[in-house]
Amino acid sequence: MSEAARIHLENAESRQHRLSTAFRWSALITGGALALTGLSRRSKSGLALAAGGGLLSWLGAQAGTQQRELIARSSILLNCSPEQAYEFWSQIENLPLFMRHLESVTQIGENQSHWVAIGPLGKQLHWTAEIAFDRQGDVIAWRSLPDSEIYVDGVVKFRKAVGDRGTVVSVFVVYQPPAGSIGNAFAKMLGKDPNFMMRQDLHRLKALIETGEIPTVEGQTHGPRSGATAVARVLNPDDPIKGQGKITEIADARRRAS
Amino acid sequence: MKAVCWMGTEKMSVENVPDPTILNPRDAIVRITSTCICGSDLHLYDGLMPTLEQGDILGHEFMGEVVEVGAGVNREKLKVGDRVVVPFTIACGNCFFCQQQLWSCCDNSNPNYWMAEKLMGYSPSGLFGYTHMLGGYAGGQAQYARVPYADVGPLKIPDGIPDEQVVFLSDIFPTGYMGAENCNIKPGDTIAIWGCGPVGLFAIRSAFLLGAERVIAIDRFDYRLKRAEDAGAEIINYEEVDDVVQLLKDMTGNIGPDACLDAVGMEAHYTGPMWALDRTKQVLRMQPDRPGVLREAIIACRKGGTVSVPGVYGGFIDKMPMGAYMNKGITMKTGQTHMMRYMKPLLELIQGGKIDPSFVVSHRVPIDKAPEMYKIFRDKQDHCTKVVLDPWANGASIAA
Repeated sequence: MSEAARIHLENAESRQHRLSTAFRWSALITGGALALTGLSRRSKSGLALAAGGGLLSWLGAQAGTQQRELIARSSILLNCSPEQAYEFWSQIENLPLFMRHLESVTQIGENQSHWVAIGPLGKQLHWTAEIAFDRQGDVIAWRSLPDSEIYVDGVVKFRKAVGDRGTVVSVFVVYQPPAGSIGNAFAKMLGKDPNFMMRQDLHRLKALIETGEIPTVEGQTHGPRSGATAVARVLNPDDPIKGQGKITEIADARRRAS
Repeated sequence: MKAVCWMGTEKMSVENVPDPTILNPRDAIVRITSTCICGSDLHLYDGLMPTLEQGDILGHEFMGEVVEVGAGVNREKLKVGDRVVVPFTIACGNCFFCQQQLWSCCDNSNPNYWMAEKLMGYSPSGLFGYTHMLGGYAGGQAQYARVPYADVGPLKIPDGIPDEQVVFLSDIFPTGYMGAENCNIKPGDTIAIWGCGPVGLFAIRSAFLLGAERVIAIDRFDYRLKRAEDAGAEIINYEEVDDVVQLLKDMTGNIGPDACLDAVGMEAHYTGPMWALDRTKQVLRMQPDRPGVLREAIIACRKGGTVSVPGVYGGFIDKMPMGAYMNKGITMKTGQTHMMRYMKPLLELIQGGKIDPSFVVSHRVPIDKAPEMYKIFRDKQDHCTKVVLDPWANGASIAA
């Protein structure tokens, strides 16, 4: 099975995962509503209804206690050799240049590195990762060590593209955000569309490797904007449909690049 | 600086805005000496292209002098003081597509590539002043502009050639030329061209340069048809004939034109019930494009012929005559212009006296008059074919 086909299959699985989330919430809400309605009837059938509703919301709550896991994957064609792409990636201090949510990555030993990500509202998340597998010019896998604030495990592969067109780089990353409000917010930020986020990162990598810079219009001159635009930006700074998200995101990348 | 801003559908305004600055290492800043309104800007004026935002600076046909270059610009290719024409497509020069000479398909220059991907599957290159979906870059109807990848696009122009002869290398001349080249012209061919605006007029001349024997031009404005006739074309005013397709058959011994070129695009005017239907759908936002010309070109084209589409389309069309397209074995060629392929050879044609592109100009005005010129150009008043704006002149029209 080709890489692309495998990615599509796995995406379908993660959609199922989202469906189960939908089930959980609908069970919680419907169950809760049934229980309330049943109790308010003050009758035997009402009690039965309330019991059924209670059971349903309990099931929903149970479904929610499983470990959260967010998966991001994407691939892109780079106009360079697998060795060049590998070389760039293996200098892990380079990663924040094109990965939106990374603040910094610092090598702290032969095999270990310290990672800092920016979560929502500028909150930082720290973790330490080690290289799990490394084959020159081919593949790098890393995993986060115990006691990290967030668990991030990933693998990146560099394959020579057909027709001498460069390198297909494919990335697969699993995030396990922590419990608590920061973890929730981080999960929410990632969970909107982790694949899209990874794709944005890879697109920036491609521009950086091929042209030496990341294209941007952030900070350019313009005429007076409307109030409606300003409000839309504040309300939803990273809506991938409206096209405002990229502006903050490019700003972040630029800030880190400078 | 002064800049022409889109403030809403049919609302243009000249605003005082901050001067552009270098944002990326390979940027340059150009002080603009001549800039034009393009027919495709009228789609923006009419509010038909998605992802335009109030305050966006329009304009993608401009030239001027380089006043600042970023640290990453190859100084051998571009330096401060160079006089340049800036192509409307923005291309990095490094990606797979640029290296295939498919410059208008550059994979890196559109920071909002994913917006275009939603509509088209893949994103074309970024363009100056042409919606956020196509990059959101500030345009060149202004006194200064920021030019990304400045060592790839801008073409150096020697002193001594007036702006008016070379400024159209920024878009319409190469666009008309590529449209004609896409007609796959062989000696003796007959080419039918819909639309006698600037691109159509350049396509007519280019078709002859490329060896066409006959060019038949179709429009509804006599002043434009007159210009087509001056260029050597036979002309059809479609409002004065019953059936353009039948007439083209009659003019070609029932063979049909070897190639049909749509230099009109998404805001075509035509007649009959299909016009009423398409116009209604467009107003109701059920169909962004009015494809009357494209349909007619496909029906009129001879068997095994070519349909070339330099006219701009933005979204989707209905009632595409797929049966005719398939059964007649037609080839269709399209695309935003791969500017960097054509600018230099066409400059040489100008220098060699083979063509003087300034024939197309009808209005030269100060930039302050841009808002009213959009309306005049859109409504085809005052025999308007091409408007050149002077960003630095003040007051009334210098010459008409």
